[in-house]
Parts: sequence; structure tokens; C-alpha cells
Amino acid sequence: MNIIVCMKQIVDLEQIRIKADSRQPVLDGLPVLFGDFDKCALEESVRIKEKQGGKVTAVAAGSAKLKDTIKEALAIGADEAVILTDAALQGSDTMGSARLLAKAVEKIGDYDLILLGDGSADNYSGQVPPRLAELLNLPQVAFVREMEVLDNKVRAVRDLEDALEVVEVDLPAVISVTGELNTPRLPPLSAILKAGRKPVHTWGPDDLGLTADSLGEAASTIEVLSNLAPLQDRKEIVFEDAEEGVVELVRALQREGVLEQ
Amino acid sequence: MSGILVYSELESTALGLLTVGRELAAEMDKPLAIALLGEGAADQAEASFAHGASRAYVGNDPALAVFQAGAYAAALAQIVDRAQADIILTASTRRGRELAPRLAQKLSAGCVTDATSLSLQEGRLVTERRALGGNTVSRETITSPHQVIAVMPRLFDAQPGSNSVGEVVQVTLELAPSTTNLVERRLKEAGSVNVEEAEVLVCIGRGLSEETDLSMIQNLAAALGGVVGCTRAISHEYHWLSEEQMVGLSGKISSPNLYIGIAISGQIQHTVGILDSNVIVAINKDKNAPIFKIADYGIVGDLYQVVPRLIEQLPGGKADV
Repeated sequence: MNIIVCMKQIVDLEQIRIKADSRQPVLDGLPVLFGDFDKCALEESVRIKEKQGGKVTAVAAGSAKLKDTIKEALAIGADEAVILTDAALQGSDTMGSARLLAKAVEKIGDYDLILLGDGSADNYSGQVPPRLAELLNLPQVAFVREMEVLDNKVRAVRDLEDALEVVEVDLPAVISVTGELNTPRLPPLSAILKAGRKPVHTWGPDDLGLTADSLGEAASTIEVLSNLAPLQDRKEIVFEDAEEGVVELVRALQREGVLEQ
Repeated sequence: MSGILVYSELESTALGLLTVGRELAAEMDKPLAIALLGEGAADQAEASFAHGASRAYVGNDPALAVFQAGAYAAALAQIVDRAQADIILTASTRRGRELAPRLAQKLSAGCVTDATSLSLQEGRLVTERRALGGNTVSRETITSPHQVIAVMPRLFDAQPGSNSVGEVVQVTLELAPSTTNLVERRLKEAGSVNVEEAEVLVCIGRGLSEETDLSMIQNLAAALGGVVGCTRAISHEYHWLSEEQMVGLSGKISSPNLYIGIAISGQIQHTVGILDSNVIVAINKDKNAPIFKIADYGIVGDLYQVVPRLIEQLPGGKADV
């Protein structure tokens, strides 16, 4: 069972600061990491491999920092990695990212299953898995919280709003997973040390037969008009004396008309 | 190529999309149509006309019997072509999120999922969605010839329009046979707690020491005529409350009249789910907790002291809890 896991390097969201005057997020210099859902996809791949044999290849696109970030994926258990760090790829929309990943998957070639997180932790648009499946003409199942590989099939539990749907799809398939699937392991020191010796391939547009105008910002179909912290117009009245605060709070809520009479 | 096409697997959501779609259609001078896919969907044609659709494209095929995004996207792409639509509106339900990007890819189109608003500005459709883990709101417009937009479910209420006539167009779909088998469909236990539509929502976070202390939180919610929600830690790590009660980025989004966050620090992953509340109250023993920055009223104090006192003070509260 050869598995490709596609991962996205994101900034550490908990460290984002917002400029008070302009409401702009400050992203420069923030640490980068892989999101939790991506790690669940990787963890599941490694578990399947440990049970059934085969190979896990991690693929990620992003800034040059990926050279370091990818080591975590190798430590968790990917056998090798492909990183796509060319500057021409910056500013891609989800279609650009999916095209790039599809080309990389085709170049890797020998695969039975593609796993991804259901959405990136930063923008959570969830677009890359369905787009990738479409580009590769494969079946997809999203919102997967349990899965099992059978003969030439995957049985997956899709988590819907009001129901759980157990489906079987033929392999190869694109499966995107939620955080309920598993708890990713914390790799031991020995695995971290070994990760540095695993192969990492760096591919650029030329390796993938892509031209500059089909990539990055040049090919984006989304124009971002602004991306600012939302305006918050809250009263921010804080009572530091708890006893008095409770009385004041109830009065205030009565004034606001939000208490049942 | 010019027209707006609406599709949702949920009839009420589709009618809400038609309600907003007919205003856009009038402003942009485009026809408004609906796609009705699968067994029995044609029955929705009359209601669709009453909500502003001038055409209903009806298609069915054995490949649509079990949901698979590839087949549904192929069916919709064929209807988009037939209807000559350039704007496709759907809902960001889980089905919709699986379907919309795949349809967009078929059309080589840009797509926005989880849109929290949709408006026409200087002739362009402008959407808003949360970005950077909920820290920001991204205002976006799609520049490709086709535009696929999946809006948050229940963003628009369905209201019948003045017209009620339309044309049913039967579409013969050409779809590959399904490769997805439905083994089983298990309904989730009917949510006894509906945090999405609560008028008063009391949420509890990691600061609660014991599972049995939940009764105190439930008493507060009861005194306020509200329901209890929680952060991810409570539902997914401690399993003290159901996943249906988890509020935030990967859980439920709620806009109650009154929100009370107890022992919740205010990480955006949770607060993104309650930012549209009318009044926000925070109770936290750490006076530097970020939640106080987005609250109307805050009390700095230990929940085990504050919550019982608050229940006592409330008109519907009982002194003996």
C-alpha cells in the first residue's frame, strides 16, 4: 500500500498579532508548522503502512522553511518527502495548489491512496482535496473520522451534520480526514534523528512540466480585496470584584433586555 | 454565458439561496435557475418558482443514488452548461463543501466556501469568509469566468417572491457509474441540545475541574432559559459533553442573544463561533484572558464562586444550587 499524504505548512495561528490601528494581522517572523488535521492524515498513513507494508510519501508546497518543517513529517513516519518551494508558486489560490499537487502525485506515480486533512488550519476552505480528486479523476470521501483499508477498497465513515455515513470506495481514492480520526504520535528522539537521513526531493515547476503563468499569483482566480481582523465594538466592562460584579452584571443584563422575565 | 444557478441538497437552504439570488439576478440582469438532482427532487420545482427561479433544471441518474462528489459535480457541470450559468450558488453544508470545489475544478473556476456574506459591489460579487484561523475576515472576489460560491447554511431566510411561474427543463445526464457504495447510514442521536439556534448559550471551557460540576453550568443555563455549549477540550478531549455541543471553528457557529463564556480563555478557535452574539459575557479568573477583549461584560473570578452567586441573583434561579 503506497500512500501519498499532502500537507500544508502554515504559520502558528496562536501567535498571530493584530495591529490595533490598521486591524492587519502580523505574520512576519512567525514560526511555521503543519496543521493538526494534516498530521492526522499522516498518522493514519503511517499506521496503515505499519500494518500492511508499503511506503508513505509526504508532499508539501510552501516557503523555503519547508526544508525544516518537513522533518516533522519524516519523524512521524513518512519514508520520504517531496517539497515544492519555488518562489513562482507563491500566491497560489486553491486551484493552483491543487494543480501543483496533482502534478507531483502524477510524477510520484505509484500510489494506492491519497490522504489529506479536511482543511488547512489557517483558511479551512477544504478546497484542495476535492480539486485534487477532480484533477486526478479519482473518487473522494471527505469528513472521514474512521477508516479501514480492505482489498482494493477503503471503508470510511463520513461525518455529516446529522448522520454518519459508512461508504466503500475503490482505490485509488482521495480521502480527507477530520481531527477525530486519531491522535498523531509525538515522535521519539530516535525517530527525529533518523528523519534527517530520509530522502527529501525538491521539485520546481520545470520538474513538473508547469509553466510560470499557470502557477502562483499569476494564475489565481481569487482577488483578495482585504484581509483584516473584524471590527469589534464591544463594551469591555470588566468587574474585578466578583461579588459586586455578579450584582452589576445581572442589572446590566436586565437593561440589555436579554434576561427572561 | 450569463445566469445564476442555485443548488443545495436541502430544500429550505436552496429556497434561501433563491431568495438572495433573485435580488442579485435583478441587479445583475441575469436569469435565476435552480438545479434539482436525484430521485424526487423535481417535486421542489413549484416552491422554487415561488422563491424566484424562472427555470428548474431537473436531472436524475442511477449514479446520483448515493452521494459522491464526482458524480454530483459532473451532473451540475452539465446543467451549468445547459443553463449557460456563470454564477453558481450553493451552501457550505458538509455535502456542499465536498461538492463546490470539485464543481469549480471541473469549470476551471475560482470558488469561495463558508462565505459569511455575499453582496454586489461595483458590479462584482464580493464575499467574506473567515481566514487565518478566524483571526481575520477575507473579502474576496472571483476573477474566473465561472464563479462558485458556497455560503454558510441558514445565512439567508427563504421568503416567497411575487412570481410563481417557471419552466421545468428535463436534462438528460451523462454520468459514469458510481464507484461508491453506501454500506450504512446511522442517524446521529437527535440533538437534545441545539447550540446553533439557542437564544441563550452558556459555554464552558477547560477551567472546569470535574465532570460532575457540569450540573452547576446546566443550572445556570436553565435559569437563563438557555443551553450549554463547550470548547473543544470539553467535548473532544474530556468527552464530558457531546461533539454536537462544541462551539467554534470546527464545531457549531451560534449567534445567541446572550452568550456567557465560563473559564474560557478566548482563543479564536472557539470565539469565532460566537462573535455574532448580541451580548457577550465572560467569567474567568485570569484578568488578562483574551476573552475580556471581545466581551461586553466580564467578571474576574473563580467560576466556583461566581456561577452559584449568579444563579442566586437571577430571576429564574434557585438559591439552593
